[in-house]
Amino acid sequence: METLRTLPGDDVRQIMWRYADRFDLQMAVQSARGVARGVVARMVADGVRHSHEWTEQKDSLLKAFDEAGITAVFLDPHQGGFIEGPKNMALSLVAFELSWVDAGAATCSLANNLALSPIHERGTTEQRDHYMTLCAPSPDRAPWRGAFALTEPIPYVGVDTGVLTGKVRIDSWEEGQEPILHVEKRGRFITGMDFANYATAAVDTADPRIKSSCIIILEETDPGLFDRGAPTLKMVHQLSSTRDPVFNLKVPASRIIGGYTVKDGCIVPNYSHSEVIAAVFHRTRVPVALMTTAKLLSAIEPVIRYQRTRFRGGDACGEGSPKYDLGLQQKQDAVIRLADVWAAGEAGASLGFATARLFDQLDPTEKAKDAALAKAGVVGVRGQMVALKKVQPQAIEYVNLLFVPEAERDAARFTALDADPVVKFQALEAEAGVLCPACKLWNTGHGATVMREAVALMGGYGITEDCPGFLFHKWNDTQLEATYEGPECVQRRQLGITMASEIFQAYVVNYIAEMDRVAATHLETGAGSVAAGLRLWKQTFDFLCANKDADGKKLYHSNRQAVTFPLADALCPLLASRLFILDVLELAAKGPENPMVAEGLEGYMAFFNDIARMQAARAAGEAARLCSGLVHGYATPDADVAAFGPLRQALDTSLAGLGLARERAGAALTQVMIPEALDYPM
Amino acid sequence: MFHIVVCGGIVPDPLQTLEPVKGPAGWGLKNELMLPSILDPWASHALYEAAHLAKAVPGSKVWLVSLGPKAKLQQVMMTVAQKAPFELVVADGPAGGFVDSFEVAEALFAAISGIAGLDASKLLLFGGWQSASRGSGSTLQILGEKLGITDQFQGVDKLTVGADGSLEVMERIEGGAYQISTCTGAPAALGWATGELPEPPNNPQVGMANMRLVMPALQKAKPAAVNAAAIDYQSVTLPAQKRETRVVKDTPVDVIAQEIIDWLAS
Repeated sequence: METLRTLPGDDVRQIMWRYADRFDLQMAVQSARGVARGVVARMVADGVRHSHEWTEQKDSLLKAFDEAGITAVFLDPHQGGFIEGPKNMALSLVAFELSWVDAGAATCSLANNLALSPIHERGTTEQRDHYMTLCAPSPDRAPWRGAFALTEPIPYVGVDTGVLTGKVRIDSWEEGQEPILHVEKRGRFITGMDFANYATAAVDTADPRIKSSCIIILEETDPGLFDRGAPTLKMVHQLSSTRDPVFNLKVPASRIIGGYTVKDGCIVPNYSHSEVIAAVFHRTRVPVALMTTAKLLSAIEPVIRYQRTRFRGGDACGEGSPKYDLGLQQKQDAVIRLADVWAAGEAGASLGFATARLFDQLDPTEKAKDAALAKAGVVGVRGQMVALKKVQPQAIEYVNLLFVPEAERDAARFTALDADPVVKFQALEAEAGVLCPACKLWNTGHGATVMREAVALMGGYGITEDCPGFLFHKWNDTQLEATYEGPECVQRRQLGITMASEIFQAYVVNYIAEMDRVAATHLETGAGSVAAGLRLWKQTFDFLCANKDADGKKLYHSNRQAVTFPLADALCPLLASRLFILDVLELAAKGPENPMVAEGLEGYMAFFNDIARMQAARAAGEAARLCSGLVHGYATPDADVAAFGPLRQALDTSLAGLGLARERAGAALTQVMIPEALDYPM
Repeated sequence: MFHIVVCGGIVPDPLQTLEPVKGPAGWGLKNELMLPSILDPWASHALYEAAHLAKAVPGSKVWLVSLGPKAKLQQVMMTVAQKAPFELVVADGPAGGFVDSFEVAEALFAAISGIAGLDASKLLLFGGWQSASRGSGSTLQILGEKLGITDQFQGVDKLTVGADGSLEVMERIEGGAYQISTCTGAPAALGWATGELPEPPNNPQVGMANMRLVMPALQKAKPAAVNAAAIDYQSVTLPAQKRETRVVKDTPVDVIAQEIIDWLAS
């Protein structure tokens, strides 16, 4: 039987992650890879991470980003960028490539985009063009760089973004003139502060003449105090600058992001700080999720090399002996555990990149939706919510049609719904609202645990500075990725709300049917286990929504985290596993069209099917454990749980063939050809 | 102004495990088609020098002519196209290290002959004086002869263009010495050693501009008539010396230099 011959290259990834026809993205990947495996890797190898200060050497990263076009990825061509349209996938790929070597470098790159994001998402056209053009690298001037200033010293804004101590007041307001605002803000853990020319700061109103909180742009030359503050003594992501700044500045009201209107002598910001943050984090969490994923996949090659060469050079074995050739890979457990790491990495990548692509689809749809609603006279957040609620049945119908094969569905009806931006937005948003927190939560949280396994596979070598692939640094860094831009509890909380939407529940029903169809023709992918897991999850969700506990309290309630959080935890790996299977199927379908992929396709398919099945089994098993705990843990004696047992039994039965798949995947890792040496220093 | 034609093939990434194997189509490398490729490093230097020269001499233009499987070339272009502005000309054929250099020169000659607007009197033929695959060192010389270019230079590290269009060429010769020659101007063939320029950083904007011409060039690439049976290898082995890699950190440059001197002396 054909097995994995080489590690999957760019051709394979471009097909699986659906950017084979996007040359702009392929170039961004190569560019970021060059910086990651050159400048960044050299810095890590030279011990540059061993300092909290932003050194001259670290500062050279920024120049490398500028020269390689990484800084410009976020910008539109007319602002100095080179990628047309939405940039979620592009930014995700760049973050993935940089994190393959060092996630701190990725954070350093992304932080500038994060600062720009409030302006990009909710800024006025003038604000967008002004600041985004300033941030574009240019031969005749240094680009501007920014910092996103939200978090504040404990006990203020952090995990709860609603409590702000940063304040804005009206300093002066001359008749017929632009009001001048006085902004006071202390930041904590603010990335990019060492070199920021401006900050986008979240502040609450401390003036009755300003009607709400807002995010406001502060420039380093504004009158007052722009104190960069002390370096944060973080122990991870040392290639990004982080400080605790203090701002006390006077700025014109035109710096309020999204602008403002004057009503009854008061300034009314067009967007509150939380509205802007919701739009920003909705997107920027996806690249963060992929940072941890990149590290899992980056660990495969160095661990294989370590395992194979473990006994070479000593007296324990002679050249040509199995111990010499295979080293630790003679032992089944070593390679199966590594296959588990690989499977988790693949599933995370599939989830993260699918989410990024979804946001690329969502962004123009959202703009079209806003335009359509404005044209219809719908104004304000509340007005939009009402309008969106009205089209919920059509959105569910649209979702159902999305999953019907093109040849079988009502084409006219689908076209009509697809052309309605309000309906389409409502449908896409329902899925994005789940996938975004799901990848942030699972890729980083579960990824951190799996990364520990990867370090463990290196033995004592894993905890030294000499460990190839910087695995120990990578493991440490995962903790920050699981924390910043909303820690795990925030993601679970969001999932508790979004996964309960009727539209998303329609997605779940369709996911189940889709995985059943896949299982009928491609059982080897583990689709049957994903279908069984999702079916059990759906049954559990319905049970929790329909039942009360022994005290008569509702079981499914957004504040009842003992119920909603485990259910969120059960869902995420199933979503990742489903998307991994779809990516494997895409490779099977498109691989033959590329002669380089076709050459080894049989081996790729055999291996990817096996690890997809492993991951599906793990996801389904986790769902079973959590769902059983919820249903039986909360069911009152008279509750009807009869439907639950057969579903659990079906899930167990779906694991048939898992054992041999694991052994085959492990064996494949003993055969796969790897490069002679890692392509970055250590 | 010059019309600079850079000939550059692709080779497997040198960090990969390169294991010669004989298949039905002759010799090749194990899993060769699946290994990531790069533009031949010697040809890369030639390309950077060409781009630099074209920038310095207004009106000049650079073509990169490459013989290789077009799907693989497309991947390589995602990096190479970001390095310098050029127009790609593709001959779709084998890129391995086991193709006869005469056959390669024939294919490149056919590709270059088909370039519209190429002025032979302004032609500077650039390439690597060696190759990272199996450098015979003869392809560029044969190609030059076929194009009627008799001013040929090999192991070039520096080219200086005089105000009158004359060329001063610095070539590597034995013992670490250089030979400096002059010729009146184009046409000339230059097989570059490492040149003097660093690898340019990736610039996606240059890449996007190049891709407007690269993709059509790949799509319309004609199969190159390369006769694989033109040369028969009785046996193929990797170089006999073993690669012994030591990982040493924080070693001063002087110590490294002394080690090399000791090794040479021994």
